[in-house]
Amino acid sequence: MESTAPASPPDGAPALSMRGVSKRFGELAALADVGLEVKSGEIHALLGENGAGKTTLMNVLYGLVKPDAGRIEIDGRPVALDGPRAARAAGIGMVHQHLALVEPFTVAENLVLDRGPARGGLYRRAVEEAWARELAAGFGLALEPDRRVAELSLGERQRVEIVKALTSGARILVLDEPTTVLTPPEVRDLFVALRELAARGRAVVFISHKLSEVLDICGRITVLRQGVVQGTVAAAATDEQDLARRMVGHSLGGLSRGPRFPVGQARLLEVVELGVDSAAPRPAMNFHVSEGEIVGIAGVEGNGQLEICETLSGMRPARSGTVRLGGRDLTRASPLERARAGLGVIPEDRTQSGVVLEMSVADNLALRAHRRPAFRRGPFRLQSVFDANARELVAKFEVRPPDPDRAIGTLSGGNQQKLLLARELSERPTALVAANPTRGLDVAATEALQNRLLQARAAGMAILLVSTDLDEVLALSDRILVAFRGQLAEVPAEQLDRETVGLMMGGVGFPAAAREEAIRL
Amino acid sequence: MRGAPLSGRLRAAFVDVAVVVAGLALLVAACGHSPREAFSSLLGGAFGSIGSIVISLLKTGPLLWTGLGVTLAFRAGVWNIGAEGQFYAGALGAAATALALPPGPFAALTALAAGALAGALWGFLPAALKVRWGVSEVLGTIMLNFVALELVSWAVHGPLQESSRFYPQSERIAESSQLAPLLEGGRLHWGIPLALLAAAALHVFLTYTSAGFRLRAAGFNPRAARLAGIAPETSWLLALCVGGGLAGAGGASELLGVTHRLYERFSAGYGYTAIAVALLGGLEPAAVVLAALFFGALEAGSGTMQRVAGIPSVLVTLLQGAILVLLVARRSSSDVAAARRAL
Ligand SMILES: Nc1ncnc2c1ncn2[C@@H]1O[C@H](COP(=O)(O)OP(=O)(O)O)[C@@H](O)[C@H]1O
Ligand SMILES: [Mg+2]
Repeated sequence: MESTAPASPPDGAPALSMRGVSKRFGELAALADVGLEVKSGEIHALLGENGAGKTTLMNVLYGLVKPDAGRIEIDGRPVALDGPRAARAAGIGMVHQHLALVEPFTVAENLVLDRGPARGGLYRRAVEEAWARELAAGFGLALEPDRRVAELSLGERQRVEIVKALTSGARILVLDEPTTVLTPPEVRDLFVALRELAARGRAVVFISHKLSEVLDICGRITVLRQGVVQGTVAAAATDEQDLARRMVGHSLGGLSRGPRFPVGQARLLEVVELGVDSAAPRPAMNFHVSEGEIVGIAGVEGNGQLEICETLSGMRPARSGTVRLGGRDLTRASPLERARAGLGVIPEDRTQSGVVLEMSVADNLALRAHRRPAFRRGPFRLQSVFDANARELVAKFEVRPPDPDRAIGTLSGGNQQKLLLARELSERPTALVAANPTRGLDVAATEALQNRLLQARAAGMAILLVSTDLDEVLALSDRILVAFRGQLAEVPAEQLDRETVGLMMGGVGFPAAAREEAIRL
Repeated sequence: MRGAPLSGRLRAAFVDVAVVVAGLALLVAACGHSPREAFSSLLGGAFGSIGSIVISLLKTGPLLWTGLGVTLAFRAGVWNIGAEGQFYAGALGAAATALALPPGPFAALTALAAGALAGALWGFLPAALKVRWGVSEVLGTIMLNFVALELVSWAVHGPLQESSRFYPQSERIAESSQLAPLLEGGRLHWGIPLALLAAAALHVFLTYTSAGFRLRAAGFNPRAARLAGIAPETSWLLALCVGGGLAGAGGASELLGVTHRLYERFSAGYGYTAIAVALLGGLEPAAVVLAALFFGALEAGSGTMQRVAGIPSVLVTLLQGAILVLLVARRSSSDVAAARRAL
């Protein structure tokens, strides 16, 4: 994007320069001698897998984490950033991974809240709203200052956060994984806004773990792996393979879809006129998943996916309609009865609903299996069988470290997720509901897990894949449904492409009532 | 806290006790007494002679029964604050049974069982409220404490009052219906080894049985347990009923082995101290035995401290409270840390 970036300031010093930054958390070297240089007018990517240290590096910059070593210079002058206040005074604005706005307040109120007390301590609505509108317009961003944040879409909230970050005159803007909560059209809007900001001379640090995005918007890319910089490259001089290799450390095998399960399949999981239990009234849903099929549900987070998954897994009562598995009515069945009928579940909140963090790997793997006759004698459970079961699954699913006695909470998210999948698949379900099964996993673990799902599909399992990662849904699914404001619509078979699905995620193709609501909200 | 390795938790408990003892020393000194004298009289009162050891053990008994009841509930993730009421219910059930049956060992055993059953009923009520209507067990168990207390008060003023109608207390339990002394003529009774047996049984249940495994899983993370096909409600019911039964057996054991009569202020707050006992013991039955002994010895020693050194025994109550606060703070700080990690 060098074309949109104006020339560097005459003295040639970069807007931001971090050198030799190191930070340890106990045993873990989260950052080791990291250097980062960002010029004015540049959109600079910080690329790395989950856990690479991206957020930590930016927290050092924002004064939230005290580094063990390192120097930070802004416009060539060394600065000591010992807190967010100092960082803001030095011209750094931050949009965190998790948005932090006061939802019942209006946009203007949120901005005033951040700016500090108004003149005379009074909040004059008209004045502040005009101020907020002008402020945003000055950055080339459109805001509606009188809207309540609670009514805004995530993309709009993010825009408020960006304006908030820029309010105190920030010239270096940091965005931590800003695209994870956005639909593809919203991502495009964000990129337009960021280019505009860069064109006006700001330095933007864009954090991501998505290769295509980074290549799309950034001028230069700094790759971080396990706290170590793997080089800074110009976007024009690299490609996805090269970036992936730097980011992961080795080349990836790729997904192997394998043959499609023989057609003429029976409908295994059937959802008929299902009404989920939610605060807002929701239209009834109909869909099915056949043997040997992966049906993806795409959608931005919070569009009713959670309700669907919880209703299917028996964690939330259905208001109306029917859920059938292999012809059996499970609408009112308990989670145990569903499991016995052949349903496996990977919940989306792994640490809340998936695993028991305080218990060992072996115990977690036995949460379902311990009822099998082999696992018990009379009322007593057989620890040796628990352990043998765990050793087998841990080896089969390549869990690191392969230690059945460890508390599962001490394992990385990716390994916890592998264990969860192992637990569910070892029950040999005929149907699986998997919600964001690869969220938070590194690229290699994601690929391994996705291949497992594809294997299960090849063996005839019916899989409902609910994911906010559009790439994942597109890569794995045989058919795709889109969730929007609690409704589902199927993507036409001949249009299973990024563009169509992305548009539907924003409400295209849904009944007018839902769209109107979307426009208003 | 429960996730930490045993040695770490033991060390933590030890540090808590040490900190509090040091604080107590300062307090005693500030009140113008000699900490040395305070501790020597306290220790002497707890372990100085055969007689004081017996008293310490007698105080340990009810704390162990109730402490185990609380332990089971906490392991299942239910906040049973009702061991006091369950203890009273157990004593009432045992008294009514023992007084109604013809004297003899059969009456003693039946009364003990009736006490446990009454305690279990006292645990079942809040459990049913929680499972059926989602009423917080904290409320349910606390409320039932008062109900039990008033029920005992009514009984010893009414149907169970001694025939002379002189004091608000029951008739004395016939000697053959009492829990027999361990040694001829001694004060220690069979209720105490029985409590140890209960601790062992609880350990076996939690560690080695499938139901205990489910109960622990549901206690740590009810959502994850439910999703994996383990209904936490089953564990809640079981934990409150059996836990209530343990506390009830404690009340029965105290009645049949020590007081031999039912009267109004029958419990010295054992059911509340039980919470500190359970937490200090890290919710591990074996360690809960030690914690009960510690608190039992404190109770026994504090009386001597007051008599011999003239230091008010409320200081020991203060000590108990301080330990509880420390334990709860440690627990919730580890919860907060866990919540942070989860973010
Ligand atoms: N406050 C902390 N205490 C201990 N470990 C931490 C802390 N913050 C981050 N880490 C660890 O440092 C590593 C880098 O984390 P982070 O910077 O959040 O990665 P990224 O943002 O690239 O996904 C991870 O392994 C993470 O677990
Ligand atoms: Mg991060």
